[in-house]
Amino acid sequence: MNKPLISVKDLTVRFHTDEGLITAVDNVSFDIAPGEVLGLVGESGSGKSVTAKSLMQLNAGNTQYDEKSSIILNVDDQEIDVLSLKNDSELRIVRGGAISMIFQEPMASFAPAITIGDQMVEQLLIHSSMTKKEASEFSIEMLERVGIPDASQRFKQYAFEFSGGMRQRAMIAMALSTKPQLLIADEPTTALDVTIQAQVIDLMKDLVSEFGMGILFITHDLGVIAQTADRVAVMYLGNLIETGTVRQVIREPHHPYTLGLLNALPKLDDLEAPLTPVPGDIPSPLERPSGCVFHTRCPQNLGARCETEIPKLLKGAKNRMTACHLVEENGASKS
Amino acid sequence: MTDKTDIAANADQKSKDAYFTASQGQLIWTRFKKQKSAMVGAWVLVILILSGFFAPFLTPYDPTIDGRDKEYENGAPQIPSFCDDNGCSFRPFIYTYERERSLKTNFRWTTVIDTDKRRYLVFFTQGDEYTILGVKFSTHLFGVDSGKIHLFGTDSTGKDILSRTFHAINTSMAVGTIGVFIAFVLALIIGGLSGYYGGWLDSVIQMVTDAVRTVPAIPLFMALAAFIPSEWSAEARFFFISIILGFIGWPTLARRVRTHLLTERNQEYVLAAQLCGASGGHIIRRHLLPSFTSYIIVDLVISFPYMVLSETALSFIGLGLKDPVNSLGVMLQNVTKADVLLNYQWYFIPVIFFIVLVMAFVFVGDGLRDAADPYADTKK
Amino acid sequence: MNKPLVSVKNLTVTYQIGHSFVGKNTYLNAVNDASISITKGSFYGLVGESGSGKTTLGRAILKAAPISKGSVHYDDGEVSYDLSAISKIELKDYRKRAQLIFQDPYAALSPRMTVRDIIAEPLEVMGITKTREETDKRVREIAQKCRLNLEHLRRFPHAFSGGQRQRISIARALVSGPQFIVADESVAALDVSIQADVLNLLKDIQREMGLTFLFISHDLSVVAHTCDHVAVMYLGRLVETAPTSQLFNSPKHPYTKALFSAIPSLDPDHDSQAQKLEGEIPSPTDPPPGCKFHTRCPFAEGICMTEEPKLEVADGEHEVSCHRWRELFNA
Repeated sequence: MNKPLISVKDLTVRFHTDEGLITAVDNVSFDIAPGEVLGLVGESGSGKSVTAKSLMQLNAGNTQYDEKSSIILNVDDQEIDVLSLKNDSELRIVRGGAISMIFQEPMASFAPAITIGDQMVEQLLIHSSMTKKEASEFSIEMLERVGIPDASQRFKQYAFEFSGGMRQRAMIAMALSTKPQLLIADEPTTALDVTIQAQVIDLMKDLVSEFGMGILFITHDLGVIAQTADRVAVMYLGNLIETGTVRQVIREPHHPYTLGLLNALPKLDDLEAPLTPVPGDIPSPLERPSGCVFHTRCPQNLGARCETEIPKLLKGAKNRMTACHLVEENGASKS
Repeated sequence: MTDKTDIAANADQKSKDAYFTASQGQLIWTRFKKQKSAMVGAWVLVILILSGFFAPFLTPYDPTIDGRDKEYENGAPQIPSFCDDNGCSFRPFIYTYERERSLKTNFRWTTVIDTDKRRYLVFFTQGDEYTILGVKFSTHLFGVDSGKIHLFGTDSTGKDILSRTFHAINTSMAVGTIGVFIAFVLALIIGGLSGYYGGWLDSVIQMVTDAVRTVPAIPLFMALAAFIPSEWSAEARFFFISIILGFIGWPTLARRVRTHLLTERNQEYVLAAQLCGASGGHIIRRHLLPSFTSYIIVDLVISFPYMVLSETALSFIGLGLKDPVNSLGVMLQNVTKADVLLNYQWYFIPVIFFIVLVMAFVFVGDGLRDAADPYADTKK
Repeated sequence: MNKPLVSVKNLTVTYQIGHSFVGKNTYLNAVNDASISITKGSFYGLVGESGSGKTTLGRAILKAAPISKGSVHYDDGEVSYDLSAISKIELKDYRKRAQLIFQDPYAALSPRMTVRDIIAEPLEVMGITKTREETDKRVREIAQKCRLNLEHLRRFPHAFSGGQRQRISIARALVSGPQFIVADESVAALDVSIQADVLNLLKDIQREMGLTFLFISHDLSVVAHTCDHVAVMYLGRLVETAPTSQLFNSPKHPYTKALFSAIPSLDPDHDSQAQKLEGEIPSPTDPPPGCKFHTRCPFAEGICMTEEPKLEVADGEHEVSCHRWRELFNA
């Protein structure tokens, strides 16, 4: 019986703000198996970044995690309850050790006044028992591994001397040097040009097969997910509304939002097809709709039930999960 | 039941609508109100400023030598009480005091308090004449039916410290205001030219600004203040000190103005206006000025305490204002003697007011800055 | 033969980026020898990655970037302007006819003005309307066209979502009655579900008001869906331009092909054997000699490294700038 690498159950995250208590993530549960790439897809306000940061308790100080939420990390035959870790030294096992994270804006993640090499070595010295010399050599190897030419030269350079794509590669190198079990990638290719994005995606696919780590890949770009992920989870306004394998969800979406999202994308194989947006606007997190959060924009709104009752994430055929009353009723009527 | 939900929904809708139609100024004010320390500071500031403005009314006596009490020099504060051994009364009273000297006291004047003779507090009495905004009044908030009352005690010449303190607040505020105003006008012009035009003009102005900033303030003050001829009247001295403060204070403000302008100039909505063919004047008026008004107000409020501090420091070392013009610094001049420290501790009461005034400014300034800073839009 | 509305010939936009009192100053050619021709009523796409110069080209057409060499002509039948030598009065008139929609819906609207004032500003600055009633009427008309709720006109920008703000930006660009609109990455900052909405709005407006659009974007799939003609730029140079279907069905430049194959497909089993590009985009301040693309081109040969290719006609309106296009892609 394989234990999942990380198991998130009923994660609910709220923020104390001037405008009140905002729910950013509402009852989200998912598992990631070791070596699996899970894509977390959503638009603005979906809560995907907050979910990712919760795995390492990286959210801001005014965060409130619900008591029922739990995030269990299974590494080296240990079970670590991430949300119960209190101070920085306890969290250090998780942050950068078992779990590593790469971000959207690599310029913002590297300290501008320290060389890339020094930052990579610092991380290794914290998380491993290498000597400084060993750490330097290993870091240069990692830089080469991610395809940065003249790695030993680049090792001594500063972040601003790298181009966007190279910074992203350097960040991947830094994140992987501690051999994490889980890599969280928060929109890693969104800020990159499309030809560079393709290179970075290829790199990540190679590294996954080589290092065998699990990846939580967060993005709003369904095309990127289709090319990199094994499974995908779709989020909308803090709720997880559909999960399944990438083939299942993209070829045959069940939830009306997923379907709407796919229809809104311009597809290169049919240039004449009109672009159909999802009607309406994404509500602000301050005004989350009652019942199913998507009901205000759903073309299949069933009326009272969708407006008042929050749909549960129910298992369908072939391990797919969908949170939709319509899907539930159809499934019930089928069987 | 529908009525209640309707009302609730309407109220909700109204407050949402209010949020949507609130201008930047209103949003900043709302955020400011939420900060307790800033609101407390604001109230304290308002009370102090008003009491400084209405000082002649609130205090019983003229703070200058004309209002002194010869019979009660270096006198301790007199706290009114309602009851004593002789019984209680509705009206608060203090005791009569007289000076006497005799062989017993080695021919030094001492003050004797007679607990049997009471002096009752009276409110809205007639007293020394004063002018506020050109109109003459002579009513004071309180006084005693005979003799004088000194809630904060008196100094070595018999001047009432309460009156002096409140008048001093007014003077220090006035000096600060003039100083800030001059600094601000200079900063606007210099920083504005620098920020709006950029290029070589900016570089030159920046060099000049930096040069002025490197001049150490206190020696400069001292040099300038020492040049003031002693024949100058107190008022002339007052204005001169204010002007000096303004001329020393502009570089910091100018730099802030320049930074704000440089940032705002590159905003996309400014480019949008330019692409409509808007003139420079229109852009400055409609886009740039409103954008940094909130920041500049914050800068002004924050520079105020520095002005007050500078004036106090100058006057304290004797180079600023002098008697009979009252300022907190002038009053603090007297507290340096050992005699005072040991025997006449009430001389320090103005210090408390001074600290409270500066702290109030700091809290309000910080609160304003926090409120004005993020018009935090939810970005993607 | 329709005279083009906007005609750009051999345009070069040069910026001086390094100042030195002694020795040489460093220059950057953001746009280098570019020529495009936009016919009236078309939805013209301009595609490129960072450093391609597409934004600069768009701004140069609006006279918001300096025209260092070459020419830009605007001719809508009523007036005809040569933008490299335009007088102040003519420029004022030109501003009424050519407008810009920005990328960032959050930075493009002044946070201190109500939406009504933001949309009305061009009218007031250009003196198009005389009275407040006229202005209000015009603002309401345009707001309605852009599907904005008229009740919300008295609100401030912070009350609106990204998609709504972009519509306000569009309304502001349209209120002066222009003929030509440059949409600079106007949907890039929007969520996917909203993006389609704004794109549809732009196309509807184009049809209704007979406008001409220059649509600048890095997203080739969006451009392929909405534009009728596409030009591809790389490092300041125009590498290929063609009607959309032609560009898509038979691209003739290695860069264009690479761009298409770099777009991640929605089909997980899609195997893109088409080329992936190696290497980084060179810095515009230090461009490679010869063909700017040769450092990453899988087909680069001797002449590519020394000589710049010129834009040649491949087929009708399809033009390409490559030394080897005939042997590589001419099927």
